[in-house]
Amino acid sequence: MATYTLTTPLTSEDTKQLVAGDTVLLNGTIFTARDAAHKRLVELIEKGEELPFDLEGSVIYFVGPTPPKPGDPIGSAGPTTSYRMDSYSPTMLKNGSKGMIGKGKRDQAVKDACVKYDGIYFGATGGAGALLGKKITSAEVIAYPELGPEAVRKITVVDFPVTVINDTHGNDLYQMGREQYEVKD
Amino acid sequence: MREIEFDVVVKAVRDIIVHCGTDLPKDTYDALEEAMEKEASPVSKEVIRQILENANIAKDEKRPLCQDTGLAVFFVNVGDEVRIKGGLLRDAINKGTEQGYTEAYLRASTCEPFSRANLKDTVGYNLPAIIHFDIVAGDKIDIEYAAKGGGSENVSRARVFPPAAGKEGIINYVKEVISDAGGNPCPPITVGVGIGGTFEKACISSKHALFRDIGSVHPDPEMAEMEKEILDEINKLGIGAMGMGGTKTALAVHIESNPCHIASLPVSVNVQCHSSRHTHITI
Repeated sequence: MATYTLTTPLTSEDTKQLVAGDTVLLNGTIFTARDAAHKRLVELIEKGEELPFDLEGSVIYFVGPTPPKPGDPIGSAGPTTSYRMDSYSPTMLKNGSKGMIGKGKRDQAVKDACVKYDGIYFGATGGAGALLGKKITSAEVIAYPELGPEAVRKITVVDFPVTVINDTHGNDLYQMGREQYEVKD
Repeated sequence: MREIEFDVVVKAVRDIIVHCGTDLPKDTYDALEEAMEKEASPVSKEVIRQILENANIAKDEKRPLCQDTGLAVFFVNVGDEVRIKGGLLRDAINKGTEQGYTEAYLRASTCEPFSRANLKDTVGYNLPAIIHFDIVAGDKIDIEYAAKGGGSENVSRARVFPPAAGKEGIINYVKEVISDAGGNPCPPITVGVGIGGTFEKACISSKHALFRDIGSVHPDPEMAEMEKEILDEINKLGIGAMGMGGTKTALAVHIESNPCHIASLPVSVNVQCHSSRHTHITI
């Protein structure tokens, strides 16, 4: 298990070196979106319309932060459960996105899309919202403000700690980890 | 008859919500520390280390522990010799909930089931609270509170078994629920198991079981033994912290058991994430 420091936008060269279980410290601009925003983004892609941000090399963070305290860019901001984005993520990866940050297992279609389009599914520590929120140095709502916590935000992260769950080689840390530690009677 | 001012209840509720949003209870913190020491997987150990660092940051800087600041859930025991002056007890609890969530910059997470419209500007900020009332003897109001997140609630389940399923059927069912949940409910989890009663009684018991302090021992030795057995079985699943593989999937299993109908054996499994934000006050 290696540790990498990567800066967005990510390239195929960045993602192909990663293996499930690796730690990555992410830097640069990433975008936030949950299910409601994904639904709208994928509809735009299907209609061939312009998106509120460039998907090429993008990393999408599945998060609905708490409101910021005065003077802070964002409140607590840990990952939400990712399976709710399973039906949208393959389309995002097909159209240039290279990474997703969330928690919890993905379906086979997402894992296959990671292999096909050089995408990575990163896991962040759920419930570590205060710690992860502090790694975000700026945040700006760039689309769908009416969705409140679910709006699309452009955020800047510094050494944002994530673990590779699904890599471009078809590995799945959740499966591997569990097989290693399961005690069968 | 003792009278308690409406605003006294509002303030008490507001205070516990603000406190629980940023300050992980000692029982939970201690259990996580112990889990970190005993966890065999280095990846899961690191996850628990981050969880504890997060708790320290949240406490020191008054930041919400998690962005999912939950629905506000209360179990309220109202003494039969007490009345609220100036309003209804339910309204006071809701008002205190709204004040606490707003003032501590917690998230408004209640919404309409189908349109998914957030209720903060219509019903109230993170309202309505979920409140379970009971009436007891005395002139006090006893309030148990927990902030209940969505991720762990989403994997919870209930089922009414035939009586023949017995203890073994229940143990296998709890294992199955936790195994299917994997990393989604943010392990290391606490597992509340409600047994007996009717369908809804089992569900409410499984919720209430999560309010018990982690590390406390069930007063009934038979139930205490069963809790241990289920905990061991869950930790053999290998799920680990955040599902990354490991030996500490659950911190505790808490059972609440009730008499039930001769034809049924209801069981409910309610899961609590590692951010077990709960407290208890008496007014």
